[in-house]
Amino acid sequence: MNNVLDIVYWIPLLPLLGCIINGLGRKNLSKGAIGFIGSGVILASFVLSLWVFFQVRGGNVHTAEYFPFINVGNLKIPFAFQIDQLSAIWLLIITGIGFLIHVYSVSYMHEEKPVHFGRYFAYLNLFVFSMLLLVMGANFVIMFIGWEGVGLCSYLLIGFWFKKKEYSKAANKAFIMNRVGDLAFLIALFMLIHKLGTTTFSEIFTSASLAKLSGKEMTTITLLLFVGATGKSAQIPLYTWLPDAMAGPTPVSALIHAATMVTAGVYMIARANLMFAMAPATLNVIAIIGIATALLAATIALKQNDIKKVLAYSTVSQLGYMFLALGSGAYVAAVFHVMTHAFFKALLFLGSGSVIHAMGGEQDMRKMGGLSRYMKITNITFLLGCLAIAGIPGFSGFFSKDEILAGAFAKSPVLYALGLFGALLTAFYMFRLYVTTFKGTFRGTDEQKHHLHESPAAITIPLVILAVLSVIGGFVGVPEFIAHGAHALSGFLQPVFKEAYAVLPKHEVEHSTEWGLAGLSSVLVILTVIIAWARFSKKPDLQAATGFGKILENKWYIDELYQGVIVKPLNMLGSFLSNVVDKKVVDGLVNGVGRLVRYGGRQLRWLQSGQTGSYILMMVLGMVLIFIVQFFLRK
Amino acid sequence: MIALLLILVPLVSGLAAFLMKKEEQVRTWSLLAAIITFIISILGVAVYTAPGCWTFRAGWMGSLNSSFSLKGDGMGIMLCLLTALSYPVIFLSTWTTAYKKVHNFFGLMLLTQAGLMGVFLAMDALLFYFFWELALIPIYFICSQWGGEKRIAVTFKFFIYTFIGSLLMLVGILYVYSRTPGHSFDITAFYQAGLSLKEQSWLFWLFFVAFAVKMPVFPFHTWQPDTYQQSPTAATMVLSALMVKMGLLGVLRWLLPVFPFASYLNGDTISLLAVTGIVYASLIAMRQDDMKRLVAYSSIAHIGLMCAAVFAEDKSALQGTMIQMFSHGINILGMWIVVEIIERKFGTVKISALGGIAQKAPVLTFFFVIIAFANIALPLTNAFIGEFLMFRGILASRVSEHGVLIMATAGLGIILGAVYTLRLGRKVFFGETNALTEKGSDIVFHERAILAIIVGAILILGIYPQPFLNALDHISQSILKNSDVLPMLMKQKH
Repeated sequence: MNNVLDIVYWIPLLPLLGCIINGLGRKNLSKGAIGFIGSGVILASFVLSLWVFFQVRGGNVHTAEYFPFINVGNLKIPFAFQIDQLSAIWLLIITGIGFLIHVYSVSYMHEEKPVHFGRYFAYLNLFVFSMLLLVMGANFVIMFIGWEGVGLCSYLLIGFWFKKKEYSKAANKAFIMNRVGDLAFLIALFMLIHKLGTTTFSEIFTSASLAKLSGKEMTTITLLLFVGATGKSAQIPLYTWLPDAMAGPTPVSALIHAATMVTAGVYMIARANLMFAMAPATLNVIAIIGIATALLAATIALKQNDIKKVLAYSTVSQLGYMFLALGSGAYVAAVFHVMTHAFFKALLFLGSGSVIHAMGGEQDMRKMGGLSRYMKITNITFLLGCLAIAGIPGFSGFFSKDEILAGAFAKSPVLYALGLFGALLTAFYMFRLYVTTFKGTFRGTDEQKHHLHESPAAITIPLVILAVLSVIGGFVGVPEFIAHGAHALSGFLQPVFKEAYAVLPKHEVEHSTEWGLAGLSSVLVILTVIIAWARFSKKPDLQAATGFGKILENKWYIDELYQGVIVKPLNMLGSFLSNVVDKKVVDGLVNGVGRLVRYGGRQLRWLQSGQTGSYILMMVLGMVLIFIVQFFLRK
Repeated sequence: MIALLLILVPLVSGLAAFLMKKEEQVRTWSLLAAIITFIISILGVAVYTAPGCWTFRAGWMGSLNSSFSLKGDGMGIMLCLLTALSYPVIFLSTWTTAYKKVHNFFGLMLLTQAGLMGVFLAMDALLFYFFWELALIPIYFICSQWGGEKRIAVTFKFFIYTFIGSLLMLVGILYVYSRTPGHSFDITAFYQAGLSLKEQSWLFWLFFVAFAVKMPVFPFHTWQPDTYQQSPTAATMVLSALMVKMGLLGVLRWLLPVFPFASYLNGDTISLLAVTGIVYASLIAMRQDDMKRLVAYSSIAHIGLMCAAVFAEDKSALQGTMIQMFSHGINILGMWIVVEIIERKFGTVKISALGGIAQKAPVLTFFFVIIAFANIALPLTNAFIGEFLMFRGILASRVSEHGVLIMATAGLGIILGAVYTLRLGRKVFFGETNALTEKGSDIVFHERAILAIIVGAILILGIYPQPFLNALDHISQSILKNSDVLPMLMKQKH
């Protein structure tokens, strides 16, 4: 068994090689070669991941140590990988969707100069490498390498078009906000090392090991880890970087800022599931932050006009649902939603990319409309994506969202009610987006109209594949109350969460209640879709927002708040320290001492000219000379 | 033998450089000497387990019981390697910089190198002091003779700071000497001086001020940004990459083990001061418009963390500090090389005057980005290893009562470091070009080669640090053993 899986290191190594080849060879390779290498390595990783997936079915866990990374005293941190069911799911998402997005990018980025084209694929490969490290790491340190690595790649790709000042500002913002979370992650890590003496998952996440932590320590550590997750997974209060991250190329938004990187926080908590299960206070915080983020972002999405911004806030909101699931102890539901969300949100982003491509770079929905006539495949796949995210029964989003809502209901009916309300908002803004973009009449310029066309196959084929997954992907998680034992995903993940589920309090919900909840949410969602469709096809939302709508359009002014409360005061403090404290106070003191020395010198008539410097220097030089002479005389 | 050669080669070649006439000749000679020193150090590292190759002992001032005693321990060897590696890099990266009286310049540079090697290897207090001054005096001359327009005022400040520190230390050394059994300057005698708590409490500060100025630790730092800004880049590189390590090494080798009680008592105060300095310097770095001053404040922040980690007196913190002493040298050298290239290309280091360089110099930008991310300790770069171990050690410290507070305050540096470093990158390299940067061009082969060495060192140390950690294992252990106050405290209680 072990021998077979020893080759798992190739899964991250291949993308790294792709990065190096494309990075170094970008001046000499043709675009075709770059695209082929960039996509090919990911495909190879995907094939390996698929194979690994079947190897770990039934509860196998594989670990491999490669070399000692940091061994100091009793602390041993090996460079080691761990493959289990949880990481296998992520491996498939990362490499599978990653491959589709690489293929898509070959067409989407074809107008870039070869050098930048190569740079793009190098970054994208590097991202996949880092993300794979993150999910394959067998200890927190290797995970952290990937954790910061994806942050680096996100930074590089958001600022890919570095000529635009705003873009590199957005890149900096993303990295710095993530760093805030990373600091919390690190402190949690140091506390774990301090208390348990190890960072290895299999050593930490056992009942015996965790029993060494007091309740307070457990709560502190898990809360800190969660703060880390809020950075990477864009939750309150660290979410504002994600909408700005839309400055990056659209395939990047699909891969990094929707399907994979932003789910790192979910992965980390799912990985540490037992520890979180033993910290009920933290779970409550996670559930509350999750639902609050889901609702806040959904309300903002209602009034955004940039097609990518709507999707970005939608992503923040959907991530909120995943955290709601984690906080409710419904770990499988969270992983399930990560998976379905990866399908439909990647689809929606890539679809929006196809639209933006056709519109010649335009992202404002108010200038679109009626595109269904010109882009048949994009239109249909996008519609399917919208149906999936809205949670129409039978589509993938229905199953995963329903499972989350059921989990929330088991924790508290209030959470369920709020979650359902958020689901309705989701259905509403998604169909506002869909109708405004694809239905009605075209509102762009004549020149744009002239150029409207369906995208080439490298773009539409990934769309079709993702659309199929978005439709049928939910059937791996058919709930228990519909068919007993049909939840394949739950069965697959059972070894990972077994212990945590034994610890978590049980809230059994009657099957009849579940039927009722699912029925209620389905009816309301369908109604909302109909209302939104009717409303926006009659009269698109084109006017400038007023009143409450304006507050939503301006994202509740949270960015302005952060700017005013944190950024500006810090800058002012920095200037004050620089110009006043450092120059006048601290340095003034030193100059005072200097003057005192001169003054003292004069008083003593020890140094007549006041050139203290040269005198003391001469004195010391004299001493040094004596030493040298002494040395050579002795020899 | 290796130890002696590392001092003699730069010393002799430096003295010879003073006598040379032709510019080309003196430059080549100096570079050659630096490369030979580097090769010797590599040989030394290769055979460092062989007995005796890193020790040297000769009589010196016998009447004073002071001997010419050199020994390379893990920390000393690593710093010698850093010094030996830095010099060729410094000479090459400033190859085209014009100096008046070039022979004096290179002569002084090489003398400083000899002094630095001596400081890192000396095992006799008087010898240590001698090399300490030998390193400082030439660099003082370089700054005051070849510096920028404000050099007189600036070097005067530099002078006041460092020489007051040095003199205090000399007084301290002489006092400890008088208290050693059998009056000796030998390091082991110093370790066994058995000073009373009262004596330690004032002697400690005599030494600490000298080291704190050198590092520098807040609030002893104000000489540094000015000096870095005004000195010729080659001297700034020596000051920032190598000389600051004299202060840290001083604390590790001559302060903690000689004054264990006072170190224990004052540790928390100094650590809190140091981490305050991290936040303080980082906030100031955020607002600098001069790249040199930005790097200077950034260095103060990094050194602050190392200083706090030293006083945690924890094994992982010490090993982290030592590996970080090396990494910091590499990274800041990389930073200065980039700054130097920009200054040479565009004639300014004002951040607001630059912008869009990435379009004109993609290769330079590539190297800068890696160095910048090493500067903020991204995993798989060298600085991550050091910072990780230091933070871990600060939290695990057995002697500190405020480990959590110190770590959390220092942690703010992790965030603020990203703020000012990325801001630098954004404003200088990204965005649109302007009239000045429009004419820019990319770096040439030898510049690429130098930066590739730096980046190679960053990645090697970041990906596979274990051999370096192993080399530092023994020395950190022995420093801790010599400065352990817990058994003594126990004895007092009984």
